[in-house]
Amino acid sequence: MVNVDTASRPPRAVRPGAAPRAAPGHRTRRVHGAPRLSGLLFTAPFLVGFALVFLVPFGYALYQSGFIERKSGSGFGRAVTEFVGFENYVRGLTDPVFWQATFRVVVFAVVQIPIMLLLALVMALLLDAVTGRKTRYFRLGLLIPYMIPLMVGSLIWLYLYSPRLGPLTDAGRQVGLEVDFFSVDLLWFSIGNLLTWGHVGFNMLILYSALRSVPRELFEAARIDGASELRIALSIKVPYVRGTLVLTGMLSIIGMLQIFAEPTVFRVTSPETVTSNFTPIMMIFNQAFKAGNYNYAAALSVILAIVVGAASALFYRLGNRTQS
Amino acid sequence: MTILAATGKDSDQPAASEPGPGAVRKQRRGQGDEPAVGVQVPRSSRILVLVGLVLFLIYSIAPVWWLLVSATKNEADLINTNGLWFAEFNLFDNLRQIFAYEDGIFLRWTLNSLLYAGVGSVVNTALALAAGYGLARFTFPGKKLILGLVIGSFLIPYAMLTLPLYLLFSKLGMVNTVWAVLIPTFISPFSVYLAKVYTEGAIPPELLEAARIDGAGEVRIFLQIVVRMVATGGATIFLLSFVASWNGFFLPMTMLQGAENWTMTLGIYNWLVQSMTNASASTDFTAIVIAGALLSVIPLAAVMLVMQRFWKSGVSLGAVKS
Repeated sequence: MVNVDTASRPPRAVRPGAAPRAAPGHRTRRVHGAPRLSGLLFTAPFLVGFALVFLVPFGYALYQSGFIERKSGSGFGRAVTEFVGFENYVRGLTDPVFWQATFRVVVFAVVQIPIMLLLALVMALLLDAVTGRKTRYFRLGLLIPYMIPLMVGSLIWLYLYSPRLGPLTDAGRQVGLEVDFFSVDLLWFSIGNLLTWGHVGFNMLILYSALRSVPRELFEAARIDGASELRIALSIKVPYVRGTLVLTGMLSIIGMLQIFAEPTVFRVTSPETVTSNFTPIMMIFNQAFKAGNYNYAAALSVILAIVVGAASALFYRLGNRTQS
Repeated sequence: MTILAATGKDSDQPAASEPGPGAVRKQRRGQGDEPAVGVQVPRSSRILVLVGLVLFLIYSIAPVWWLLVSATKNEADLINTNGLWFAEFNLFDNLRQIFAYEDGIFLRWTLNSLLYAGVGSVVNTALALAAGYGLARFTFPGKKLILGLVIGSFLIPYAMLTLPLYLLFSKLGMVNTVWAVLIPTFISPFSVYLAKVYTEGAIPPELLEAARIDGAGEVRIFLQIVVRMVATGGATIFLLSFVASWNGFFLPMTMLQGAENWTMTLGIYNWLVQSMTNASASTDFTAIVIAGALLSVIPLAAVMLVMQRFWKSGVSLGAVKS
């Protein structure tokens, strides 16, 4: 799926698909005397669980999405489950509430992910530019948000934003700004900042590791040629970590389209702004457990899976095209 | 969403680096060295770099500082005093309220979280290392299909699996038991994928051949050679799984209705809801949400600090191969 091999190489050497094709013959060749079924036996315990936790539920979701539970008569009679083919999908594909939620998270992802990755890249470049003991302290400090559980991070910012407890609204007032972090206009900014805070350090760490594999001699050569530090960063370091950026971006997209916990926490304080169908997963959860309509929830989750797959494939294409 | 890969080896270098045209041998730079004499980085840009890093550091740490300070306050002080500095010290009173709440159910949540994340991740790592080894160093019928399924499953929204799993578990009578959270934690295709990458990087096939010629059995080769050589990668898998489980919200929220099986995350979320709705209750919910949040940081931060060297030196997407 992902050819991240590119991350470890200078951009000139990147030809998609070139390296991996040569490798497998060497890596997966049958070793001397390896009993033929041993590999399967080592994999078997995982496979049993994988079937139970992934394949069966996946099939069950597909199966369920083909049915509708109808209450017969006045609504007190026994519910009848009948096969309806694609009716749930037609309903989902034409459900404006679902598409509003999907559109919301897609727009959010398009704005949020580049900002977060750009900050992570700047942090990684800065960290790569310091030497000695300082590197360790800064790296640890910048990773502190990653050590904070997701729920706690959400709570901290929820309170920081809150006009009752938080210092941020007061600070805004002192410079003459009346800020409501939970208003319709600012809500995504507030959630975006919370996500950036929680995830930027980790993405920085991945990019930093990629930067460390750039041959140092390149920088010295550039310095002798009179290139400024900024120029070195932009022309040598950034192209080098492009493959890593594409991959972290893709993983971020998959996560962002499925955002659930953060908006759910924000819904506690502002239920009018963060509606129960605010994001696709919130709507699916709602359909399943509040409305009790598992069949429709199953169909929606299949549609969401297709959206996620299409979005990451598109991003991967675009990311690799700019590379060549 | 927190996903990464790490090299199987404990180094900053990619596992399999081929020298490109004209590339010089990569050197691992030590902690303390400076750029070569004669081409010093200008002082002004060094200062700019430090200023930038300090700003990012403040952004990263200030919210945590707020949590630390606020955990020591009662509700009145939370509202009326400066959020970034201490007021009357009420931490112990808050802690007493936390552990008194419903006969100390918070302790139960703590143990539950440790059980789900700890036991769940140990099993997750063990299954992943075995499967990763099987996929990396053997050929067998159906291997391509399995690899395809493992990688394809990254794209499936977790809600699509969790809901039918809930229905299946409820038919089996497992909903609302620890198994409903543990079993899904055991299985992670991403862990398997990482384990496969680590094994490819760390275990040369020749070594396995030699061991077989010496007459070692397959199980013994795995336990005594392979597991030791991919220990660093295994630790990274464990850590990632632990963090994911500790942060889990959708899964426990779906599976667990009774408060006695909740995680810390779920319990604190519930207190937050109560703090908004039960304003007149005898418990100071806002204060215990904040102090409880601080307590739930401790186990995760402790695990991460103890295992620091695995994520700080091993992490590199450069080693991930398709």
